[in-house]
Amino acid sequence: MTTAQLEIQLIAVVVAAACALPGVFLVLRRMAMMSDAISHTVLLGIVLAFFVVSDFGNPLLMIGAAAVGVLTVSLTELLNKTGLVKEDAAIGLVFPALFSIAVILIGVFARNVHLDTHMVFQGDLVFAPFDRWQVLGLDLPRTLVVMTVILLLNAVLITVFYKELKLATFDAGLAAAMGFSPALIHYGLMTMVSITAVGAFDAVGSILVIALMIAPPAAAYLLTDRLPVMLGLSVLIGAVGSILGYWVAHYFDTTIAGSMVMMIGVLFGLTLLFSPQRGLVALARRRIRQKWEFSQTMLAIHLLNHAGTAHAEEESRVDHLWEHMRWHPAFAEQVVRYAERKGVVRRHSGHLILTDTGRNLAQQAMMH
Amino acid sequence: MDSKTKALEVTDLTVAYQRKPVLWDIDLDVPSGVLMAIVGPNGAGKTTLIKTILGLLKPAAGHVLIHGKSYIEQRQIVGYVPQRGSVDWDFPTSVLDVVMMGRYGELGWFKRPGRRERDLAHDALTKVGMADYADRQISQLSGGQQQRVFLARALVQDAQIYFMDEPFQGVDATTERAIVTLLQELRAAGKTVIVVHHDLQTVPEYFDWVTLLNVRCIASGPVSQVFTDDNLRSTYGGRVGFLSRNGTATEVAYGHPV
Repeated sequence: MTTAQLEIQLIAVVVAAACALPGVFLVLRRMAMMSDAISHTVLLGIVLAFFVVSDFGNPLLMIGAAAVGVLTVSLTELLNKTGLVKEDAAIGLVFPALFSIAVILIGVFARNVHLDTHMVFQGDLVFAPFDRWQVLGLDLPRTLVVMTVILLLNAVLITVFYKELKLATFDAGLAAAMGFSPALIHYGLMTMVSITAVGAFDAVGSILVIALMIAPPAAAYLLTDRLPVMLGLSVLIGAVGSILGYWVAHYFDTTIAGSMVMMIGVLFGLTLLFSPQRGLVALARRRIRQKWEFSQTMLAIHLLNHAGTAHAEEESRVDHLWEHMRWHPAFAEQVVRYAERKGVVRRHSGHLILTDTGRNLAQQAMMH
Repeated sequence: MDSKTKALEVTDLTVAYQRKPVLWDIDLDVPSGVLMAIVGPNGAGKTTLIKTILGLLKPAAGHVLIHGKSYIEQRQIVGYVPQRGSVDWDFPTSVLDVVMMGRYGELGWFKRPGRRERDLAHDALTKVGMADYADRQISQLSGGQQQRVFLARALVQDAQIYFMDEPFQGVDATTERAIVTLLQELRAAGKTVIVVHHDLQTVPEYFDWVTLLNVRCIASGPVSQVFTDDNLRSTYGGRVGFLSRNGTATEVAYGHPV
């Protein structure tokens, strides 16, 4: 592995981790679409700040972008508050408006600048190692330095304000009543999202930032019911997906950012299917098991109810069971086999006999 | 009633959403140490009243005093139980963690909950009969259990005055009994408890003070004096069909709203 390859993977991991942390709170606050809006409108901040400083390395670009990110949120809320526009529509109105201003400004005033649509939508990690900064005597890729700073900033802020973020996300009413301003926390989080989006912008582009912010937390949400674990897992899923994505891109000689997001998407898909508690497979298996258990209970109750009556002989015949239960004969046979395996019934010369276990099962089921 | 014994003093309070008034000129004095129900039809502004008292909504006019001072000064002595449905019960956290949130106000910014908070939370869970559920994920709780967790969270706030928004909503009979006992214990300990309530039938049994609200404050005072046919009819319009003996409501056709 060359140094450049290592650096690209390192950048990818740092970008994914930096995005995943605020992403957890976006997902929990049901604000995933706001990351979509912000990741686009920050472009306007970058363009405006660029007119002032004419330098892409200038930190003022971050501030400009963060300001426009916050502006996006407040304009959306303002529009929503009129009561004439619903929140999702408000997002859909505000962000294309701000984004289009940015696109026009680039088109009119900054034709010669490397700020084309390719960069906006896709970013480019391949060239990241060529743009270098000297930091603390080390020669490092600029994106790596910027994103590491952002990652640390996010990690520190979430650690320091963990309690406040958690309360304001879970119960904004109580947070407000206790004097923790949920609005302040909300805008703080949105500033964090904006800065992260700008930083990740030239690495992966604006659309892929959304995936990095949303997919790893969405997957982690299916794997745990503890917030700290969800934060850790999100970072891990983002990082693993990024490295896998890098090698997929390497193998197929295609875009790194696209492959990263695809692999994170694959990880999400796998989690959705195979999460031990909440995955679709686990759900389906639980449902099937419940179906057999329920049928077995019905059978046990049926046998118990008729035990010792005049019809007991007739009602307990295996080959007539399906008629009494109105089951398909094949299904009736399967239920009987299932119940036999579980020791609920025994067959005796063509009749079903309830075992002690079966009697208990039926009695308990009827008590509820 | 001088201002020392007044737990809550609401004066000329008007609250409006988009210039549509939800509460018109509310005047309300609640003495310290009562267990009070706020009753009124849907849309009467019961939740709005509580939220405005707690500073969550800005009034268009009027003001609120809690034990003689503004809410901001008295925040530490006020406990709040929001409607159970106002939070996301799929949030990734445990029962104990939710109860500890009741201590956050006292802790203030930055400071983290520690051993003391954990112990207090365990005690409160024991009081509401949920000690065995401390480590449960909150999404596994039934409605009644969720309500008990919310109450435990209010208990650790160790407040002087409590505001509870429909704590009996959708809970089973056992939980309802447990909650009533708890509320009465709070009153016995000298706390003031103000509860948004829906079941008119249980008002005389559970509460000693009542406020009848329907955009305006129809009446407020001891249940024996205020909870009368006439007042109920003014509050609910024609929708309450019942008769009473000796001035108190005994039978109510208008039960739980849907």
